[in-house]
Amino acid sequence: MTEPHPLRENQRRLPRVERIAKWVTAAPPYAFLIVFLVLPSIIMVVASFRFPGEFGGLAPLRKVAGVAGDAGLTLESYRFFFSDVIFAEILVKSLLVSLATTLICLALAYPLALWIARRPLRQRDVMVILVILPFSSNFLIRIYAWIIILGPFDLLYTPFAVIAGMVYVHLPFMILPLYTNLEKHDPLLLDAARDLGAHPWQRFWKVTFPMSLPGIFSGSALVFIPVLGIFAIPELLGGTGDILIGNLIKEQFLESRDWPFGAALSLILTLVFLAVATLSARFVRRGGER
Amino acid sequence: MRAGLALWCAAMAGYALLYIPLAIVVLFSFNDSELNAQWMGFTTRWYATLLRDADMLAAARNSLVIASISSTLSTLLGTMAGIAMHKYRFRVLPVLVLAPVAMPEILLGVSLLLFFRQMLDLTLGFWSILVSHITFSLGAVAIIVHSRLIGMDKNVFEAARDLGANPWKTFRHVTLPLILPAVVAGFLIAFTLSIDDFVITFFNAGVGVKTLPLQIYSMIKVAVTPEVNAVSTLLMTVTLTMIVAASRISPEVLHGRLHAHKSTGRKRA
Repeated sequence: MTEPHPLRENQRRLPRVERIAKWVTAAPPYAFLIVFLVLPSIIMVVASFRFPGEFGGLAPLRKVAGVAGDAGLTLESYRFFFSDVIFAEILVKSLLVSLATTLICLALAYPLALWIARRPLRQRDVMVILVILPFSSNFLIRIYAWIIILGPFDLLYTPFAVIAGMVYVHLPFMILPLYTNLEKHDPLLLDAARDLGAHPWQRFWKVTFPMSLPGIFSGSALVFIPVLGIFAIPELLGGTGDILIGNLIKEQFLESRDWPFGAALSLILTLVFLAVATLSARFVRRGGER
Repeated sequence: MRAGLALWCAAMAGYALLYIPLAIVVLFSFNDSELNAQWMGFTTRWYATLLRDADMLAAARNSLVIASISSTLSTLLGTMAGIAMHKYRFRVLPVLVLAPVAMPEILLGVSLLLFFRQMLDLTLGFWSILVSHITFSLGAVAIIVHSRLIGMDKNVFEAARDLGANPWKTFRHVTLPLILPAVVAGFLIAFTLSIDDFVITFFNAGVGVKTLPLQIYSMIKVAVTPEVNAVSTLLMTVTLTMIVAASRISPEVLHGRLHAHKSTGRKRA
């Protein structure tokens, strides 16, 4: 790791001028993020325990213009989630789609990342840029490409199309962390394995693969997490039955306008996301200690 | 050597998978046919159609205005955050900066929607889109600036202080010149993120203001027309140019995202 910044070494008491500088630097972004990130998150939590308003949205806190207000809190949205097995099914389905996407991305990304990592040093950067370039195009354009491709084959509006779109959009997220891990492997280890009589296949499974686990876990988190919340891909490529948790949340906020339930679903999604992020961080660290 | 050949084939297949779908989009934007089905000859008429499409032009204008303002502000705030994360010991700031980059976009989209409608009672439109874009692109700028600073020799800051430079002078004459490429690259990345964003804009645009991705989305939902191919090709050209420029100016753009996870994670012994 990098050595700490000199100011960090004895930070018990910064000189006054440094203390001012510190807050002049940090206060604007801090304030912005507290107002537009922390506050909205708190409102989301509170909203999930409120009643919906008469015309959608949330019930007002006080009686306004003859409309009954309700400041009370309720578990209604959560009770509603558990009242029908369909919601749990949609959540499980979203997790399975994320898992399938992650595994397919891993299978496609690994050989590519390994191949780039074993190129001569001068070629590697170009090869990495070639991975990033298609990924710099708009997310909708990449979905649209699959509408064109799958249309003539009658595969559009099927679960297959959803997975294909998910994999295509998120593939670079898997390639890059894998590559940065594989690039650091010492080729001498593979030479040693060869000298000891290991076949190429054995060399891969006994040397390269175990060492690349941290890369696999960080890539997997980078694919799994965004896929969890996606609504546009099922909507544009999937059939009527291909509804994931993202579609359900979008529906609550924009169509049926049951905001408390939408907030509750978002909170459930947040918990899943935090669990996945924590797990992957732990695995990455443990893998790094090997 | 058979293993090497198999690896090469798999890698080439990977590249083909990345490029062929987008190549098809570009190719059909020059196709003289109403349908994206077969090649009927070369034409540029879809680009002409685009230039006569009033909705599309309005959306393009909105996208450019919002991207210009939001990327300027997020470059300012993001650079401050990047310097602060590097120079001082903040526990919460890196988490706040990285959260919008790490979490599923829909969560940020709906929580901002709730905030604007419920808390501020704001009519969704230009302002809500602008703020939401700053929220997610600030983090990207901070990561790029921060990873540039990590790569710097710490002694220059130390030397500036020993020579009696106050924090402002250190920033003006040492820090800023060193991080300038990262700041410029950060601005370009923030700009492309803003122009390209769909999910968060979708929730915070309301009915009045349409950006380019929202316009593309509503077209794709209705029917597949070569006009979409044309606008996609143009948009791809713009974002591609910006990303290549940014990575040329500052290599941190390519590695920043990956450094971010390490530098904010707990220090390994």
